[in-house]
Amino acid sequence: MANLTINGKRIIVPDGITILDAARRNDIYIPTLCDDPRLEPHGGCRLCLIQVKGMPRPVTACTTPVTEGMEIETTNEQIERQRRTIVELLLSDHPNDCMICDKAGDCTLQELAYFYDIRSNRFAGERRQYTKKDLNPFIERDMEKCILCGKCVRVCDEIQGLGAIDVAGRGFTAKVSPAFEKDLNCEFCGQCVSICPTGALMGKQSVGKGRQKDVKEVETVCTYCGCGCNVTLHVSRNEVVRVTSRPDTINEGWLCVKGRFGYSFINSPDRLTTPLIKKDGKFVPASWDEALDLIAEKLSAIKEKHGPDAIGGLSSARCTNEENYLFQKFIRAGIGTNNVDHCARY
Amino acid sequence: MNKDVSIKVCMGTGGIAAGGVEVMSTFEKALASVGIKAVVQKNCSMHKVGCRGFCARDVLVDVIVDGAKSTYQYIKPDMVERIVQEHVVGGAPIGDWLVTDDYHTFHDKQVKVVLSDCGEVDPEDIDSYLGRGGYEAVKKVLTTMTPQETIDVIKASGLRGRGGAGFPTAVKWDMAIKAPGPKKYLICNADEGDPGAFMDRSVVEGNPHAVIEGMIIGAYAIGAPYGYVYIRAEYPLAVERLHLAIKQAKERGYLGKNILGKGLDFMIKVKLGAGAFVCGEETALIASIEGKRGQPKAKPPFPVQKGLWGYPTIINNVETLANVPYIIRKGASWYAAMGTEKSKGTKVFALTGKILNSGLIEVPMGIPLKEVIYDIGGGIENGKKLKAVQTGGPSGGCIPANMMDTTLDYEALSKVGSIMGSGGMVVLDETDCMVNVAKYFLQFTQSESCGKCIPCRVGTKRLLEILTRITEGKGREGDIELLESLAADVKTSSLCGLGQSAPNPVLSTIRYYRDEYEAHIYEKRCPAGVCKDLLSYSILEEFCKGCTACTRVCPAGAIIGEKKKPHKIIQDICIKCGACFETCKFKAIKKG
Ligand SMILES: Cc1cc2nc3c(=O)[nH]c(=O)nc-3n(C[C@H](O)[C@H](O)[C@H](O)COP(=O)(O)O)c2cc1C
Ligand code: SF4
Ligand code: SF4
Ligand code: SF4
Ligand code: SF4
Ligand code: FES
Repeated sequence: MANLTINGKRIIVPDGITILDAARRNDIYIPTLCDDPRLEPHGGCRLCLIQVKGMPRPVTACTTPVTEGMEIETTNEQIERQRRTIVELLLSDHPNDCMICDKAGDCTLQELAYFYDIRSNRFAGERRQYTKKDLNPFIERDMEKCILCGKCVRVCDEIQGLGAIDVAGRGFTAKVSPAFEKDLNCEFCGQCVSICPTGALMGKQSVGKGRQKDVKEVETVCTYCGCGCNVTLHVSRNEVVRVTSRPDTINEGWLCVKGRFGYSFINSPDRLTTPLIKKDGKFVPASWDEALDLIAEKLSAIKEKHGPDAIGGLSSARCTNEENYLFQKFIRAGIGTNNVDHCARY
Repeated sequence: MNKDVSIKVCMGTGGIAAGGVEVMSTFEKALASVGIKAVVQKNCSMHKVGCRGFCARDVLVDVIVDGAKSTYQYIKPDMVERIVQEHVVGGAPIGDWLVTDDYHTFHDKQVKVVLSDCGEVDPEDIDSYLGRGGYEAVKKVLTTMTPQETIDVIKASGLRGRGGAGFPTAVKWDMAIKAPGPKKYLICNADEGDPGAFMDRSVVEGNPHAVIEGMIIGAYAIGAPYGYVYIRAEYPLAVERLHLAIKQAKERGYLGKNILGKGLDFMIKVKLGAGAFVCGEETALIASIEGKRGQPKAKPPFPVQKGLWGYPTIINNVETLANVPYIIRKGASWYAAMGTEKSKGTKVFALTGKILNSGLIEVPMGIPLKEVIYDIGGGIENGKKLKAVQTGGPSGGCIPANMMDTTLDYEALSKVGSIMGSGGMVVLDETDCMVNVAKYFLQFTQSESCGKCIPCRVGTKRLLEILTRITEGKGREGDIELLESLAADVKTSSLCGLGQSAPNPVLSTIRYYRDEYEAHIYEKRCPAGVCKDLLSYSILEEFCKGCTACTRVCPAGAIIGEKKKPHKIIQDICIKCGACFETCKFKAIKKG
């Protein structure tokens, strides 16, 4: 354990954690744009610069480990002036589209601009302008809003293990890009979308469908597979417009392409809402009682006539473990055959 | 006629660019055809030598006949025949073609350590280096010294890193020897990204074995079995000679397993960089070797704790390492006797700009700047007045003409707001605009910023924009203060040395030439007459003789007027090229 003082307050924290971690554990706020506790420290945005007694220049809280006896100051006039300059510089190269931006209300940059009360900009000048749109099916990439925090690059590399994107070029127009500036063609897990602090990355299906302020969040579990990732459905005007996941869940907020982007079926007019029974070559809506009675009747008849081994059961990875357990129990004990299998085996 | 003839042709990149290869082959042919073939072949040795510094006079050729050396300058292939006939055969050097006195003043105030063998050894032949005491230092440390003793000698010599920051080399090595771990790396930084710098390139081209020898000694001192030379691919000649030197050193047992039978294993790999300035920064350099984007990382962890592939790593500059064998051979006190109290030894500079004798120089630390400019450099070109000396490249600052007593050492340079840097030295005269100079360096740092951190990526862009508008006559009240305030924030909040030092050229020019900034902003005037948008040319009627010379040279057709009557420049058409100004014999054209 290490003893430190932050802004005069004495605290004790485990060895080896960063100053930013230490501050967060003690509810001391330090602004950040490029940090995420789930990723390797980056030290790029420079907002978390703090002063450590005895060090010649300010250091980034997100990359500097604590050491015994450190005396830390997280805010003073000079530090706040620098932070303000940084936010002002970012805004000087930003579309400032908040009025019509999907991210408004949920955007770290907007928050910072608000807290630092940045109205006019001393540095107004050239802005990066990109006309080429990325034609991939899932992710809207608006690189004019990108602040180059590098979170998407790191999540794709460190968490997803893919490295589908990286920063390309140098200088003012350095840019996050897939190889050779082609359209994004990756797993489309959307981790990058989930971690982007600005409106630079959005799900294409969500754009224009409702901002965070007007969204009702419904916590549930993804139905696509037995992993059972926790998901949050964002409902606006009685429509699911976006799926996210909280970082404090069993899946740490990470999802796959199906869980994150495969939700359009919910509002599909083709979606089945009742069982259908085929009568005279045509599907006719039926009640569950009718359907289950029919199944029981047919299964019993087959078993009677041909024996239980004439029946086989195949269950789905989309069911939970409990459901799969019950299913094999039903086939083995109820029907009386070992002909039972699961799609995940193929 | 049994003469001992040796011809040395300068084959640094400068020499080659000036036609060194053709000069050399013409010499070969000419010597072969003078009839006394057998004698010539037997006694004549022909060397390619590395850069000898006086690049402005290339191709330089030494002709040594029976021990008497004459140096020729500006030699072209068609001059070779006469040299061979009159000098080699006839015994009479051609006076008009020999180097002039200033060639000797150029060398007199210099003290050569790192460059002592450049121009003397054949960089493509290990025996030539061995013949001048090469690899003696490796033998000495391996047979008579422990690693700690080796570090102690370097410590006593006072050697500090020549890559820019001037960090004491022995302190660095000491940290590495104490760093735990099974594997360590030693990297030689030959990235040399400063615009206009060619010190390290010349050392690698001129004497690659000294760099390799320094690396072997460093590897022995810190216990690193693996070494890298990180060198930019734009240095093809240096790369080629380095590869050749490594191959030769391996063949002679100076590299590889069990070096000289003393149990030391050390191998060197060459890694080519793609020419990004930021890749000279240690953590970016390491990322680049690892195959990642060359982008700096926050320190700690420092490379000596967690460097290449996660192992303790020491990075040293080419010149730092090339000093090491000489220090070991001649002793720490010999080295420490040169220089000032805190800056020992010598420093190589690339002297460029408006100076008469441009080229590569090596001077003792602590030499006053004026001796470099006037004695070695021969003063300012075209009889103009010195305005300032810029040192440290894009990370450095300007030292104004009235401060030429400033000495060249780490402390004195930083006191006047500049830095030693890696050795760039640009001489500016009265026709240089200081706002424009700052703009030039900012253009460089802005385009080389890796973009990782905001103050550098956007901050340098805004600094550049403000400087640009000032030079375009669009400067606003408050711009100087805005520059100062933004520069201060970029300096303190950027991640790596690039961003932290990028504002230096702005701050140092404001410090000494604030009036020049003010003239641009408030009077819309460029005192040096450089910024085109603030210039206009007009004809003074009372002096104009109507000779029509200006009308004929004006490429834009902006000058009208009848013969023998005063002419007139139409401002809307004038492109401000200054051709008329240069041409008028009657000083009738006003620039302002
Ligand atoms: C932007 C930047 C560029 C640099 N470029 C070089 C370079 O080209 N060559 C070099 O030796 N050092 C360069 N350095 C300094 C190195 O990071 C490092 O300090 C040096 O190589 C250490 O060697 P030394 O102790 O022998 O000087 C650069 C530093 C920065 C911040
Ligand atoms: S990304 Fe944020 S700051 Fe930018 S326009 Fe959208 S809401 Fe505003
Ligand atoms: S969607 Fe997933 S795989 Fe594709 S770039 Fe983003 S993080 Fe990488
Ligand atoms: S796209 Fe978003 S996450 Fe990626 S670097 Fe830009 S701002 Fe950061
Ligand atoms: S200071 Fe500039 S070069 Fe260095 S990390 Fe930041 S953006 Fe990159
Ligand atoms: S959060 Fe520390 S630099 Fe961005």
